Amino acid sequence: MGAAVDTVEPTAAVRRPWIRRFVAKMPWTTRFCASWLIVIVTATVFADLIPGLADPNYQGFLFGDGATNEGPGLSHFLGTDNNSRDILARIVYGARVSLTVALAAVFMGVVFGGFFGSLVGFVRGKTDSTVMAVVDVILAFPGLVLLLTVVTLLGRRDLVVIAAVIGFLSIPPYTRVARANALSISRREFVTAARAIGTKKRTILFREVIPNVLPTLLAYAMVNAAVIILLEGALAFLGLSVEPPTSSWGTMVNAARVDLQINVWPAVWPSLALVFTVYSLNNVGDWLRRLRSVRSAAL
Amino acid sequence: MAGTLLEVENLHTTFTIPAGEVKAVRGVSFSLERGRTLGIVGESGSGKTVLARSVMRLNLGTNVTTTGTAIFEGTDLLTRSPAEMRSLWGSEMAMVFQDPMTSLNPLVRVQRQVTEHLCRHIDLSRSEARQAAVDLLKEVRIPDPETRLRAFPHELSGGMRQRVCIAVALACEPSLLFADEPTTALDVTVQHQILNLLSREQTDRDMAMVLVTHDLGVVAGRTDDTMVMYAGTVVEHAPTRSLFADMRHPYSEALMRSIPRTSLPSHTRLAAITGRPPDLIAPPTGCAFSPRCPYVQDRCIEETPPLVATEDPAHRLACWTPVGSPEGQAAFQKNLASGLPQAVAVDISNPRPPTRGVEVDS
Amino acid sequence: MATLLAVSFLTFLLVNLLPGDAINALIPIEAQQDQEYVAQVRAEWGLDDPMLVRYGKWLGDAVRGDLGDSIVTSRAVSGEIAHRIPVTGELMIVTVVFSVLMAVPLGVVSAYREGSRIDQFISGSAQFALSVPGFVAGLLFIYVFAMKLGWFPATGWTRISNSISGNLMTVTLPALSLSVIEVAVYARVVRSDLVATLKEDYILSAKSKGLKDGFILFRHALRPSSLTLITVVGLNIGLLLGGTVVVEFLFALPGLGKRLLDAIFQRDFMMVQGITVFVAMVYVVVNTLVDVVYLVVDPRIRKAD
Ligand SMILES: Nc1ncnc2c1ncn2[C@@H]1O[C@H](COP(=O)(O)OP(=O)(O)OP(=O)(O)O)[C@@H](O)[C@H]1O
Ligand code: SF4
Ligand SMILES: [Mg+2]
Repeated sequence: MGAAVDTVEPTAAVRRPWIRRFVAKMPWTTRFCASWLIVIVTATVFADLIPGLADPNYQGFLFGDGATNEGPGLSHFLGTDNNSRDILARIVYGARVSLTVALAAVFMGVVFGGFFGSLVGFVRGKTDSTVMAVVDVILAFPGLVLLLTVVTLLGRRDLVVIAAVIGFLSIPPYTRVARANALSISRREFVTAARAIGTKKRTILFREVIPNVLPTLLAYAMVNAAVIILLEGALAFLGLSVEPPTSSWGTMVNAARVDLQINVWPAVWPSLALVFTVYSLNNVGDWLRRLRSVRSAAL
Repeated sequence: MAGTLLEVENLHTTFTIPAGEVKAVRGVSFSLERGRTLGIVGESGSGKTVLARSVMRLNLGTNVTTTGTAIFEGTDLLTRSPAEMRSLWGSEMAMVFQDPMTSLNPLVRVQRQVTEHLCRHIDLSRSEARQAAVDLLKEVRIPDPETRLRAFPHELSGGMRQRVCIAVALACEPSLLFADEPTTALDVTVQHQILNLLSREQTDRDMAMVLVTHDLGVVAGRTDDTMVMYAGTVVEHAPTRSLFADMRHPYSEALMRSIPRTSLPSHTRLAAITGRPPDLIAPPTGCAFSPRCPYVQDRCIEETPPLVATEDPAHRLACWTPVGSPEGQAAFQKNLASGLPQAVAVDISNPRPPTRGVEVDS
Repeated sequence: MATLLAVSFLTFLLVNLLPGDAINALIPIEAQQDQEYVAQVRAEWGLDDPMLVRYGKWLGDAVRGDLGDSIVTSRAVSGEIAHRIPVTGELMIVTVVFSVLMAVPLGVVSAYREGSRIDQFISGSAQFALSVPGFVAGLLFIYVFAMKLGWFPATGWTRISNSISGNLMTVTLPALSLSVIEVAVYARVVRSDLVATLKEDYILSAKSKGLKDGFILFRHALRPSSLTLITVVGLNIGLLLGGTVVVEFLFALPGLGKRLLDAIFQRDFMMVQGITVFVAMVYVVVNTLVDVVYLVVDPRIRKAD
């Protein structure tokens, strides 16, 4: 479909800004999901600047009245929880936890996993088998125990610690993905050609291998971010993520459990936020992957 | 038994893909009598497989449209319902595929693959079906059929597997068999055995057969008629003997020149034809072969030559200046003089200017 | 096996890094004034030996099926695990069976009608279901089926030995909650694998024999795809185990996951260690089993051996 547009009126397609062209190819669900992601990222980043959102335990959004377990209304758009805190404010701050953890995982995964994976996939040999053995052990190791130990040793369970541990545990899967890709890329003609003309190994790694591994890794990162957000949600639900009163979507759902009979809203909103964010990441990630596979098939 | 078994008229098949419409078959007509054989020859991508599958209504996918008519035993196949086709498939018309490695299910035993449609079409009991399978395997010269029946496909050699495929196709005594490059994937020595097996079965059963191949040498002496295809169209259609005695189309001639000696590996065949097969999304104007033809003139690029009978009414041809005609000679010499690459290539590989009646050593 | 060893060692190492000595759990604070008594208990539990020695001892016992005693309850860890396996095991088996039964038809229909409305609907729903975590699904089911409709109990567990129907009542909602994601994962696998299989030559050749589509689908196409499904079920066991922790917590089921959580909160390191290593073992065993099943189902591999 896209290719047809390009061939029929190439000049018109080129003249349009790339972002518009990009968006024009999206199905409407994907557009909706991308918008949701933008909204939630913006809300998280600027949360402190919005009056009334400055404090996650703030008790009255816009027109505070301190009522407990209030339904959605004008004074609290999404209602209040059983501690009479504004749910909207807590969801925005909860998003901060989810997104930070996901970002940490993606960052550590892409940077370290991407580097190690590309390296061992390219050089192969002993380095490869050693690194992959370590990766296998970490993958088989129960992350929960590591999280517990670190949290206990440091005596704190804040966002930094959680993000660091989950980030560390994200390195192995990315290493695997990167290695598999680097292996196949290293066998392609342009790498063989570069080798044949005597290009330095390091140059090949950084100029040829890594740039070609990166797009796949980023497509994987989208889907992996969704998994990480689910994981953080589950941890928080079990009371193993950030310490209260910091809000996290999973913690909110767990806290709302007791009053489910009286007021469902405190459980509904964070659940919806979680599900939609994860869905959006999956949807946009799948779309990017399809786009990539179409492009590489066309080459 | 005489009479027309299959009559194909103006068949077009188009695939709609993101890049456009692939016109894989563009107006093919032919007819086939009962018990006769037709060879379809053409290089890779000329639409032979698509033609065979279109007639059998076996093109997969939702992006394909076929128009025209294909009258089989009096009714048009293209208007039949899927259920009606299903009752014809296997029992009235069958197909042998190119690659026996992939056309047998690797996870299903030979016995079931040979008998499953027997049970469906003829309604045999289990033991009868088993006996039928043993007989079939014997017939296609598979030694020790009882053991082979219990085998999985990967336990058989390539030639053996193709024999199984032939047994599968013959099981319900079809009146029409399509063999789509049945030997391309096999060793040279096995190729002859399989072709001979097919010919023998065809004669014994008085079954009509369409033999698809990209190798003119395969059809020589094995088929009654031969149809040469290029870019989804028929360029020459003649009784096989007359085709080999009097090859008129420049493309047929080029194919002829590229007949391999049995000693050559199977993929070097068409190296002698300069240029690439045409783009089927936007085929060349005029004669489709014009960009590669050593005899090309201005008229070829402007007008599409129709498929018409020559002096011999059974020999039909689509070319403005056929090989061997005085105009053809003149055109070739002119192109050679102006240094047209495909003409020069022909001249180098063949010191004498091409003449009528290329001889075949077979 | 090597992985199992590495995992058990790392777990042991990390658990032993934990501060807040086990002695606090063993002896009440007031009694810790008595230095002699403390020393005696420490020696008794082997707390003063170097870590490697203690690991060696633990491993030796573990091989014989003795994973030590809980520090909190003083009961044998292996006994506690054995007591809770039926709950978690049943939960997982019911989930996998139910998910496969749901996912295969969905995936088959979706692949058979690739690109159609029904395929888009199924694929879209699967993508959505993948985004619904077990605790959200579970809470929704509790709210609707337990609180509003009252069809099932919201929490608790009835052992199968006590009442079969009661057991079914208590396993339904937790298993359903776990199934939401599993069905989606399996259905996607079946679909994508089947879409590829349906393009194979042998499917066309089966079609050219005049076989019915349904027959081709189930007797010819599904077989290779079922191999992929088995692999994915095996690989997914790890994730499913993680899911049981959440669901057992939500539904207050006396399973392994719940016990692990309790042990974590009580700092019962013997317990944490025992359960972790046991779970890692289950994971390894299941994946070995998958290889065996492969061997039975795929004649090509059977031959190669
Ligand atoms: N499903 C399809 N979708 C799009 N294009 C197709 C499809 N099937 C065939 N084609 C196109 O139709 C053209 C004819 O293909 P066909 O397979 O009939 O060639 P062939 O003569 O059988 O060649 P070969 O000797 O390689 O078998 C090719 O250009 C091919 O790309
Ligand atoms: S001579 Fe002209 S019409 Fe004949 S094949 Fe060549 S290009 Fe086509
Ligand atoms: Mg073909």
